[in-house]
Amino acid sequence: MDGPDTSPSRRPIRDGWSIGVAVGVVGVVFGVLARASGLSVEKACAMSLLVFTGASQLAAVSVIAAGGTAIAAVASAMLLAVRNALYGPVVAHWFGRDSLPTRLAVTQVIIDESAGVGAAQPDPTDARRGFLAAGLGVYVCWNLGTLVGALAGDLVGDPTRWGLDAAFPAAFVALLAPHVTNRPGRVAAIVAAAVTVATAPWLPAGAPILIAAAVAVPVAVRSWEGPA
Amino acid sequence: MTWVAIAVTAVSAYAFKALGFFGLSRITPRGVALRAVAVLPAALFASLVISQVIEPASATIVWTRAVGVAAGGAAAWRRLPLLAVIAAAGGTAAVLRLLT
Repeated sequence: MDGPDTSPSRRPIRDGWSIGVAVGVVGVVFGVLARASGLSVEKACAMSLLVFTGASQLAAVSVIAAGGTAIAAVASAMLLAVRNALYGPVVAHWFGRDSLPTRLAVTQVIIDESAGVGAAQPDPTDARRGFLAAGLGVYVCWNLGTLVGALAGDLVGDPTRWGLDAAFPAAFVALLAPHVTNRPGRVAAIVAAAVTVATAPWLPAGAPILIAAAVAVPVAVRSWEGPA
Repeated sequence: MTWVAIAVTAVSAYAFKALGFFGLSRITPRGVALRAVAVLPAALFASLVISQVIEPASATIVWTRAVGVAAGGAAAWRRLPLLAVIAAAGGTAAVLRLLT
């Protein structure tokens, strides 16, 4: 990362690692919340190493913290993890010629941020580099952040005091921005936001996101049609 | 969360990632499906933002959080780096909470 690099496309690498550092901060939040909901340091770190999909982990821990059962926590985590399947076909396009062990390892880092950084690049070479930088950057920083948060949980105290509950959705705002530059993207975002507002009070954590996508995507696709 | 619950979550999370990577990749999205894949991130990210912003808490926490996220949105609108977006959101919320 350091040293002179004259290639024209440092941006995917820089974007990937800066999102990694940013998500590392959220990893600290996860570590703190995991400890607050009664998980041991070992369990918090195991979740980040093995589950490694932030929204699912946060949803699971939130359900536990809210007094939900382990089954409810796992169910909401699984609902949120479904969307990672939808990134697969796009990511597979960037890693079609790699060995099986490489692809099995790449699979673990298919998450919102890596797919988002990859998809934001103009060509497949940069997409691959951006995906890897974000995937590895987030993996390293998310796990370090989890460890720090879990160990320091009692010192941080209330994460809202530091505005961390605002920082996390803001990261997704930044990821959303390149997807709302065209009309169908804006339609999808607005419909999904409205459905989320309408359903979130009634449904378990995680479910509104899937329902919002199920409603918003057909509406947005329809808005696309007509004289294309 | 028991160790069994963590293991089930980990295996299912990896299985969904692998399903898309190894299974669905045999299907080349075209036409309507391609458009659906194209707009899907916008829907998911927007829903993630909203569900986190409206997550129940005290009134003060919720409105300061919303203003913080709006500040982050303004930073994103100006195409500032992600860390600046996050710092704007977290910093705004934290300062407002100090003042209230």
